Amino acid sequence: MAGPVLEVRGLSVGFADGRRTVPAVHEVAFTLHPGETLALVGESGSGKSVTSLALMRLLPPAPRTRVTGAALLRGRDGTVHDLLALPDAAVRALRGDRIAMIFQEPMTSLNPVHRIGDQIAESVRFHRGLDRHAALKRAEGLIERVGIPDAARRLRAYPHELSGGMRQRVMIAMALACDPAVLIADEPTTALDVTVQSQILALLKGLQRETGMGLVFITHNLGVVAEIADRVMVMYAGRIVESGGVVPVMTAPRMPYTAGLIASVPRLDLKGGEMVSIPGTVPDPRAPPPGCAFAPRCPHRRPTPCDEAVPPLEAAGAGHDVRCRRWAEIAAAAAPRPALEARA
Amino acid sequence: MTDAPLAPPRRLAALLSRRPAAGRARSGALHRFLRHRLAVAGLAAIALMLLACWLGPLLIPYDQLFIDIRHRFAGPFAGPHVFGTDQLGRDLLVRLLMAGRISLTIGFAAMALSTAVGTAIGLVAGYRGGLVGAALMRCVDAVLCFPSVFLLLALAAFIRPNVVTITLIIAATGWMEVARVVQGQIRTLKARDFTLAAELMGASGFYVMTNELLRNAVGPIIVAATLTVARAILAEAYVSFLGYGIQAPVASWGNMLNNAQQYLGSAPWLAIFPGLMITVAVASFNFVGDGLRDALDARVEL
Amino acid sequence: MSAAPQDAAPLLKVEGLRQHYGGRGLFGRGDVVRAVEDVSFEIRRGETLGLVGESGSGKSTLGRALLRATVPTAGRITFGGEDITAWTAGRLRALRPRMQMIFQDPFSSLNPRMTVGGIVAAPLVIQRQGLDRAARRARVIEALATVGLPERAADRYPHEFSGGQRQRIGIARALVMAPDFLVADEPVSALDVSIQAQVVNLLMEVRRRLSLTMLFISHDLAVVGHVCDRVAVMYLGRIVEIADTRSLFSGPRHPYTEALFAAVPIPDPTLRRPRVLLDGDLPSPLAPPSGCAFRGRCRHALPACAAAVPPLRAVGPGHFAACIRDDIALAAPVAA
Ligand SMILES: Nc1ncnc2c1ncn2[C@@H]1O[C@H](COP(=O)(O)OP(=O)(O)OP(=O)(O)O)[C@@H](O)[C@H]1O
Ligand SMILES: Nc1ncnc2c1ncn2[C@@H]1O[C@H](COP(=O)(O)OP(=O)(O)O)[C@@H](O)[C@H]1O
Ligand code: SF4
Ligand code: SF4
Ligand SMILES: [Mg+2]
Ligand SMILES: [Mg+2]
Repeated sequence: MAGPVLEVRGLSVGFADGRRTVPAVHEVAFTLHPGETLALVGESGSGKSVTSLALMRLLPPAPRTRVTGAALLRGRDGTVHDLLALPDAAVRALRGDRIAMIFQEPMTSLNPVHRIGDQIAESVRFHRGLDRHAALKRAEGLIERVGIPDAARRLRAYPHELSGGMRQRVMIAMALACDPAVLIADEPTTALDVTVQSQILALLKGLQRETGMGLVFITHNLGVVAEIADRVMVMYAGRIVESGGVVPVMTAPRMPYTAGLIASVPRLDLKGGEMVSIPGTVPDPRAPPPGCAFAPRCPHRRPTPCDEAVPPLEAAGAGHDVRCRRWAEIAAAAAPRPALEARA
Repeated sequence: MTDAPLAPPRRLAALLSRRPAAGRARSGALHRFLRHRLAVAGLAAIALMLLACWLGPLLIPYDQLFIDIRHRFAGPFAGPHVFGTDQLGRDLLVRLLMAGRISLTIGFAAMALSTAVGTAIGLVAGYRGGLVGAALMRCVDAVLCFPSVFLLLALAAFIRPNVVTITLIIAATGWMEVARVVQGQIRTLKARDFTLAAELMGASGFYVMTNELLRNAVGPIIVAATLTVARAILAEAYVSFLGYGIQAPVASWGNMLNNAQQYLGSAPWLAIFPGLMITVAVASFNFVGDGLRDALDARVEL
Repeated sequence: MSAAPQDAAPLLKVEGLRQHYGGRGLFGRGDVVRAVEDVSFEIRRGETLGLVGESGSGKSTLGRALLRATVPTAGRITFGGEDITAWTAGRLRALRPRMQMIFQDPFSSLNPRMTVGGIVAAPLVIQRQGLDRAARRARVIEALATVGLPERAADRYPHEFSGGQRQRIGIARALVMAPDFLVADEPVSALDVSIQAQVVNLLMEVRRRLSLTMLFISHDLAVVGHVCDRVAVMYLGRIVEIADTRSLFSGPRHPYTEALFAAVPIPDPTLRRPRVLLDGDLPSPLAPPSGCAFRGRCRHALPACAAAVPPLRAVGPGHFAACIRDDIALAAPVAA
């Protein structure tokens, strides 16, 4: 593999709230290589969407938000663009062309009064300067590629005539219209039921194999992460709290929050009893806890060192980082961790 | 999309609603309203007008019917009559203010009536839906299709004009907009689960409409009501101008304009001042309505 | 799982229930959506029946019909021994405190202009329980405490709460009348996984404390397995399999059930299993396919499957499936 296709450094986002700035994302950094899937995981409100919207430059403009850091996207010709520093027009040209995004609720991003064929074609025409006919032809090809049968007829459908899964496929087709190098998928399956979710996951994996795009997949469900990701980045209260390869992070999580997220995925094992949950809720970004943001919900919390200062991101293994003061202690205490139950 | 019965039920627009909504909705609305310059100016103009119309005449040493025969056609901003006098020498300022009392009273009363009627009809039509709703809304459309000016004049021609009857006539031609707004709002609210929740508690239709739905439609109703005041003031001026409304010698902005027609060349201020009052009043209510629309817009901010 | 006595009398019994939309009316003209088609089952007192199926399979429609939120097109609903199929709204009113519902969408199910206290007190007000303000307030606070919300929550508005907390408020509202029967329509589908467990645990706890009978609707079999004694699988308006949870999990007998199991994501990256993927979408309930409605997506389909709608038939003790094939081995998530 050549170098990364997207490299994010020190991305921070704050929202203006009256006179002060409420921080929503702190110092997020990651790299994404072609053909790689990076899962961004965390509960609602942990800053996943804000991170992705910041990369897409889709946040409200300057006085209302403060974005710092760099997001280096490799262009078609190998030059590197900083998405956070480019002028708006240049970003618009890259958006949809080199970097594209799909959202949780496809209905809010599709225009209800236009036929889906025209909506896909529009994007192709904008970036590729094709004429209407050629663009529609390409739209048909795209619809076929995302597994919608009877493509020619479906081109003329309106969004409300499609099921939720179909709409998400249309969104994917639109995002793929120009073969982007990076696709950001913000909870694309959260609004879908499990069967359609598995179809969409399979579709994204297949398309990624074909095109070699880098995929940033945002979700709150670690079950989904296990299905699709190569690397995982767990986010909590705007910070990365654990990151690494999917196997080390999911089989030997070092951050108590990650362990909680894994344990709370419902399983088909009929073990009975209570389902494992993480008590409490994410902290209010206006009034964050003084030390570790997860401390109020953490079963391993000790006032020292947990409440002293925000823990730094430490290396817990090759390419495996964790933001927890006590990770080594906790890992040592739990030493021979039983392997995850395999399915019978 | 709400009217596509075959669309698969959408699982909530979680993207929009996940966001912990602004905790201070009320003060947010006030803040948005205050940002709307024209609306604030309109509100100030209305307040000023109300104050002037009800307090002003007490401070001016003339009665609206007092005939100052020596100062007929006195020009404005000269002599004892600040805004000048008309052909009989009556003080124009005091007449404008007294007329303002009538216009504003009719405006507010007609607004109250048409809002009440429109809200009731819109509420029932929106909640009931089906045949009842369709029938009611067809009625609304039918009345709306009938040119309201003709309706206004036709009614006015048959009924002895005074403040009460004019108010009734204007209200009778002005409730449809409110009914439409309310019906649309209620229809979307009815699709929300909290309506079903209330029904499943055994709530009657009346309870659901008044306790659950109405309070969510207050914003649009206030906006529509504000715009209705503007419309009513204009309608009163119109009817009176054509001679079917408030009758001389009692002053109204409309009949003052009518009266001024004959002297347009010689005493233009007789037309300019009432015209100005109508314009300022109508524009102010419209601006306030626009400001309220932005301020109370219930849509979740992304 | 709650241990419901096997021989307990059914609290709710449904026979040949149909719920169609459209048809006649203003826009109908023959376009009938057969949202629920010939459904029969029972729920015993104290039992929790799970109802699973894809979006659009008719789960919510069925749940609402059971509560007589709609007028069924055909069939019979018996609740507590009484046939309530044709009861008027006035008669149902007295029954309402005994049957309540929890909704999927934590945002649209609470009136945004009412305080939480007002929302939870609404059933008491509507049912004219003759309580004064203080007594109502006490009941509200008790209900809020049951779902783990503090007293001061009563004076705040729904938008000040997170999704999981809003679901708790919805549960408090359903519990304030101390119902016998609860329809929980995807109560956790809109929540984060980590919060889902909180709400599911709460539901299981109040069910035990109040000995509730429950219909638990979900599209996620993993959650259903945790909560339910028995499970009914629904496809395009019909129940295609119904069985005790253990029996279903250890030996599904309908290919659709197998596909639903396979779709549940497992949080183990070392176990990227080849999966039975379900292709395509639910067919349109306007024009269901002839014979078995699942045949367009079924990997075991035979020409014979198109002949007639397969009836539910017994395939084991208390285990019924609507598939004509006996000769196929389906993958099960747990060992028998
Ligand atoms: N009021 C209605 N008018 C017409 N069709 C309807 C109506 N309500 C539901 N339907 C249709 O009935 C079928 C079953 O819908 P239902 O909401 O019961 O499905 P569901 O299984 O609960 O789905 P979900 O998982 O999305 O909640 C769908 O095809 C739906 O479009
Ligand atoms: N436009 C905005 N204005 C103010 N705060 C916002 C805005 N968008 C998001 N936030 C806040 O930023 C934080 C992270 O939100 P988000 O990225 O949407 O979370 P996630 O996608 O992980 O659910 C939350 O506290 C949210 O309330
Ligand atoms: S730093 Fe302390 S509180 Fe935070 S996750 Fe680690 S053990 Fe828990
Ligand atoms: S009846 Fe035929 S098509 Fe239907 S589930 Fe059984 S094998 Fe599949
Ligand atoms: Mg998000
Ligand atoms: Mg449903």
